[in-house]
Amino acid sequence: MPPSIEPLTRAAIAANRFGFGARPGDLAAIVGDPRGWLLQQLRKPYQAPRELEGLASSREILATYLQVRQERAEEKQRAEQGLAAATVVEPLRAALVPHYVAQADARTRIALTSPDAFRERLVHFWANHFAVSIDKPICLGTAGAFENEAIRPYVCGRFADLLLAVERHPAMITYLDNQRSVGPNSALAQRAARRRQGPQSLRLGLNENLAREILELHTLGVDGGYTQADVTSFAAVLTGWSIGGGEGRDRAGENGQSTPGAFVFREGLHEPGGKTILGRRYAESGIDQGEAVLRDLAAHPATARHVATKLARHFVADDPPADLVDRLTRIYQAYDGDLGQVSAALVAWDGAWLKDARKYKQPHEFIYSTLRALTVLPREPKVLLASFEALGQRHWSPGSPAGWPDRQADWDGADALMKRIEWSVALAGRVGDASPALAAADASLGPLAGEHTRSALANADSGSQALTLLLMSPEFQRR
Amino acid sequence: MRTRREFLSVAAKLGLGTALLNSLPGVSFAAAPGNRPFVVVILRGALDGLSAVPPFGDPDYADARGPIAIARPGEAHGALDLDGFFGLHPALPLLGERWRAGELLVVHATASAYRERSHFDGQNVLENGGDRPSATSSGWLNRALGALAGRGIDGLALGQNLPLILRGPVPVASWAPSRLPEVEPDLLTRLRDLYSHDDALSARLDEATRIDALADAQARGGTSLDGDATAAGKTAAKTGGNERLKLIAETAGHMIAAPNGPRIAVFDATGWDTHASEGGAEGALAGRLAGLDQVLDALRRGLGTEWARTAVLVCTEFGRTVQVNGTRGTDHGTGAAAWLLGGAVRGGRVLADWPGLGLAQRHEGRDLRATTDLRGIAKGLLRDHLGISEPALGDVFPGAERVAPVKDLVRA
Repeated sequence: MPPSIEPLTRAAIAANRFGFGARPGDLAAIVGDPRGWLLQQLRKPYQAPRELEGLASSREILATYLQVRQERAEEKQRAEQGLAAATVVEPLRAALVPHYVAQADARTRIALTSPDAFRERLVHFWANHFAVSIDKPICLGTAGAFENEAIRPYVCGRFADLLLAVERHPAMITYLDNQRSVGPNSALAQRAARRRQGPQSLRLGLNENLAREILELHTLGVDGGYTQADVTSFAAVLTGWSIGGGEGRDRAGENGQSTPGAFVFREGLHEPGGKTILGRRYAESGIDQGEAVLRDLAAHPATARHVATKLARHFVADDPPADLVDRLTRIYQAYDGDLGQVSAALVAWDGAWLKDARKYKQPHEFIYSTLRALTVLPREPKVLLASFEALGQRHWSPGSPAGWPDRQADWDGADALMKRIEWSVALAGRVGDASPALAAADASLGPLAGEHTRSALANADSGSQALTLLLMSPEFQRR
Repeated sequence: MRTRREFLSVAAKLGLGTALLNSLPGVSFAAAPGNRPFVVVILRGALDGLSAVPPFGDPDYADARGPIAIARPGEAHGALDLDGFFGLHPALPLLGERWRAGELLVVHATASAYRERSHFDGQNVLENGGDRPSATSSGWLNRALGALAGRGIDGLALGQNLPLILRGPVPVASWAPSRLPEVEPDLLTRLRDLYSHDDALSARLDEATRIDALADAQARGGTSLDGDATAAGKTAAKTGGNERLKLIAETAGHMIAAPNGPRIAVFDATGWDTHASEGGAEGALAGRLAGLDQVLDALRRGLGTEWARTAVLVCTEFGRTVQVNGTRGTDHGTGAAAWLLGGAVRGGRVLADWPGLGLAQRHEGRDLRATTDLRGIAKGLLRDHLGISEPALGDVFPGAERVAPVKDLVRA
């Protein structure tokens, strides 16, 4: 790293650019070896944070979802048949909201207190790369569990393992409708066709949503060289990747073996036969066929470049330098998609430590770094989560499988800035004079806080105004 | 200390509104009359144009759409008849009123230059106005604002951040309702100083204070002079989903109609990606359409008498497959429907070079073929509604030299 940058500045960059912001004492603790502090987080064996204890699993949440939905359907049917008066049944949403609140609360508390904030940022990064969004009702309960089960344990492992964990996770399968996709020549489709000779439009068939987003968003990238024929073929490969219980089709074909809410491969829905994707032929092998395609996609050079570009954009610059992207691509390929190695190469790259090359914070980053700097931790989950909604970034709600965008222009609207000011005023008013702004500036930004900002803090007419100015300063708005 | 809002409120009661606003730093309001409002509504997720505007007269429509086909006009839950061939989805009664008033022009089998099937690239092309993803880093409506420079026309995004269509060299404000407390003027002055070495934040702060003042002035001047100036905004911030969007649309109408308001505005609505259980006359898509119907009407009400001079373009990134898929929904397609509505629009017409829905007539055997370039519609509007010259349109839509502006979209 450039020797001209003094150690405290490097510590501030490590804590803010790579982590979620410095807490009081953090800079002093890591100033001896900022880079080493980041690298050791990548090497630690995975351990689930304590905040996750007691949270329901995705299987339990989905089983509840399926059960409540079933009860509601039966209730509706009884009422329609006049067998029972229509009663008020619990809305599906009400059964899921408590899970969402508990998971989002746990996620926030980990981000605010974790000493391994770089690793935690990687969890957020990969959860966003493989985004599920709670605007789809079935994901409201499972989005957090998905992150904890399919993302969190794998962020420093091989990309292929992460990819397989994600694509067979019930949250991803239901988010992109795959449990309903049926091979046109599958056993189920043939039984249905024998039962009724309906018009063509009533035949069971493919839903290409999951296949397309895996190729476009999760692996190769939109310019990765696949065609519509590859999408259709891959959708056929993935037929049968489903969840146990009533949400999947072909319940009769399960032989009672599937667990409601858990991943299940339904042979009866799978399109039989060999399939060709990206010019490679995959013989029929049931679920193994899909796993083989995913492994090949993980090893594809376009995937290496796609992943490298997104990581470089997230940590270094909206338009990352080509030599960094090249380097991360090579490391990805040389180490068989080892994400710990790729992340370490990012940390090792001197250009990632430049004082003036900075990213504009997304709302969640602004909230995390603020609450870390001021060591504020609202006890009531709903109070804690209200901030994310006000600033336009509720947990797991990007609204599309592309995830949240990652460039300044996506986040620096005039109104978004005003919302940050209003939020800072409200927070500073509560924290009040208890947190002297200049001390907070030293503890969170260190030498990154410039003279112009320091003098503005010194001249503020109250402690809370000074604090607002710190939070809204150009230095604090970036990382 | 008196808050900025109270300060402005007093000024308004004294009849000092515009003069005072113009004296604020960084404020230069559009005062020129004769600038006609133009609103773009982006439906993100790919609206199924074959359900929103069902071509019930096409011989292949009913069979291709099977369980989600919209019935013919006159049948139970049937389409609202437009011209004996096309209809409107039955969940769009208010839009139907616009049609009868001659204020709705339907465009069908239309698309941007994009021919792949990624939402994100599709929206990028729709908004950048070029012929491929990331062809330019600015949006076509921002470049249109650039072409209008000197005429005092401002743009506005309804939302916290700017969508790509409005990004670019011309500064554009954004506005969304807030439930957070108002900021004192002294703090804004100090922030302005704090940002004196930061061009980006400095520009955003100016835009934000300017549009907030306008939103306040409109709320005050509109319905409740002595009421809470931010009542509408606060209600909207507390409301979820479609009710929120309705309030935003109505407030946007007020702001656009203000003598010093922005004339060009954009908002978007999401939730159109109907891969499964799309439904027909009733169901998931019908619910979304019913909501949109009300949102568009709220915009009309908010514009008041300015509606008569307004054109609204409602568009989406691409259409959906002709054939219903294996899960009673539709996958990503090509040709889409778009709407042009407003008092300035020469409506009551369907503009479509209909390619047909038969297998051989489809794009790549699956999608509605696009026969009308949406850029031609946009060019026609920019030329005839906003008065942008044809040479200037070349910079607004680079690479579309051969796409002619569509004539006679708006009233002279």
